[in-house]
Amino acid sequence: MAKRIDVSGLTAYYGSHKAIEDISMTVEPRSVTAFIGPSGCGKSTFLRTLNRMHEVTPGGRVEGKVLLDDEDLYGAGVDPVSVRREVGMVFQRPNPFPTMSIFDNVAAGLRLNGNYRKSELNDIVEKSLKGANLWNEVKDRLSKPGSGLSGGQQQRLCIARAIAVEPKVLLMDEPCSALDPISTLAIEDLIGELKERFTIVIVTHNMQQAARVSDRTAFFNLAAVGQPGRLIEIDDTERIFSNPSVQATEDYISGRFG
Amino acid sequence: MSTAAVTDKRPSTLRAASLPKWTPWAIAAGSVALGIGISAAAGLSSKIQWGLIAAVLFVLGTYGIAARVEGRRQAKDRVATSFVWVAFVVAVIPLVSLIWVTIARGVKVLDVYFLTHSMGVVADTEPGGGIYHAIIGSLEQVGLATAIGAPIGVLTAIYLVEYGRGRLAKAVTFFVDVMTGIPSIVAGLFILSLMLIFEMQPFGFAGSLALAILMMPVVVRSTEEMLKLVPNELREASLALGVPKWRTILKVVLPTSIGGITTGIMLAVARIAGETAPVLLLVFGNPFINNNPFEGAQASLPLYIYQQFANSAGSGAAYDRAWAASLTLIAFVMILNLVARGIARWKAPKTGR
Repeated sequence: MAKRIDVSGLTAYYGSHKAIEDISMTVEPRSVTAFIGPSGCGKSTFLRTLNRMHEVTPGGRVEGKVLLDDEDLYGAGVDPVSVRREVGMVFQRPNPFPTMSIFDNVAAGLRLNGNYRKSELNDIVEKSLKGANLWNEVKDRLSKPGSGLSGGQQQRLCIARAIAVEPKVLLMDEPCSALDPISTLAIEDLIGELKERFTIVIVTHNMQQAARVSDRTAFFNLAAVGQPGRLIEIDDTERIFSNPSVQATEDYISGRFG
Repeated sequence: MSTAAVTDKRPSTLRAASLPKWTPWAIAAGSVALGIGISAAAGLSSKIQWGLIAAVLFVLGTYGIAARVEGRRQAKDRVATSFVWVAFVVAVIPLVSLIWVTIARGVKVLDVYFLTHSMGVVADTEPGGGIYHAIIGSLEQVGLATAIGAPIGVLTAIYLVEYGRGRLAKAVTFFVDVMTGIPSIVAGLFILSLMLIFEMQPFGFAGSLALAILMMPVVVRSTEEMLKLVPNELREASLALGVPKWRTILKVVLPTSIGGITTGIMLAVARIAGETAPVLLLVFGNPFINNNPFEGAQASLPLYIYQQFANSAGSGAAYDRAWAASLTLIAFVMILNLVARGIARWKAPKTGR
């Protein structure tokens, strides 16, 4: 059920400002692809173009193609809502719905989309919470508010919420940047398990994290402040971190920049 | 031991003389006593003058005493605090005295009979009668106005926050601002002109329409602020789950802000419940019970209060009734506010484990 992503010639704008330019890459199914690069180079923007969240920002628009198993996400007549059901997303800051209990948070996607059977709901919630390695910690307090959990638990709750709707691809925008090292480790272990079922794309500022969790790594950079961000190279993670083919990548990874 | 003794002898830069905790109370009591003394000696009759003298003495006394004992910086801090307290007391005194006078004069005739009878066969100058007809009128007019004004206001705010871009949104915002400033009599005249075009007689619903006009901008403004408080992350989280925008608004944004929205609506209701001018123009007033807001003149509480004062030629019985009706109106608004707070607390985003 995981799907391949094929991006070709993608350029994204915020109003008249060009944020990223001419990006092409392929993301393999059942793998983890990490995006690294300096702040403001467009990693997050590019990630958000992959499930059409980019256009939620006022003025956001995109040129180019994103193929999800041969189907263009930006083709005529494609409904962004259906795209987002296929391509789920986890955000930088844990954002459980404050009015809902833990159970309702996980069930939110199904309930709000309306396509579920009542008898299945309990099973799906349990399965998703187990999938996010959170079940044992919350099974006795499913009716308590989700905002009462710790930051790391909240983030895993958000992952459970995202996988409950059975997406094909899971996008993660710096999912560990607000978490302590132990919670980070829990999420990284989880990513390793989830890649059996989903195609995972993760943006991270932590290069050790990229090296630990990803199969392939893409390096983004921008020529100068105000210039659009570009994809410098994408390769197997091992190669990027040992013997990258572009000098800029090696400089960034080894800390020789500026 | 010896080193401790040595350090104790050194002058500390952190410790300094400080006034005991009861000092502000003592200064307040002293300045009130002094204020009364000075005023009595100078032969000032107004209690407001006494209070002002006491307030000035309090602020100056705080500064003088604190500056002498604690130093200038602490004295400035204490003066700022005393200003806040004086401002608080000045703001609270009229409120408390208003409620006190209304209760003291209102309870005289306020009983079950008063609440359940109309003024039907009682002349305004005679004792007896009640406000049942006015309560019915107020409830129906305000209820209908809320039924019209609240949904339109909330939907307008949703448009402005969630959808509105560009010129149309700016125009709507501008007109909402303009509407906030509409005097209630103008809203009444607007509906009155429509009534004259269609040659209609006064009736309750016409008043509701004018009240709805007055209510709408207040609801829009408060709801807008509440919706803006909902973090964008929640909207994005919902959208990223593949939930359509309208459902995101309905199931995530509104529930998160429902407490604040309810409070805003209740405040708007409280505001229009006390309006007299449009009711006077459009509903006209009626000493008999009229349960139908769509036909015939009705009464309403603020209008009843006005008429008891104005039409009774100084009759004490009418004044008593007006005070009792005022008390009822204040109680009505207060109950609404309590209900709003209850809803806000019940619906507020839950925290804790």
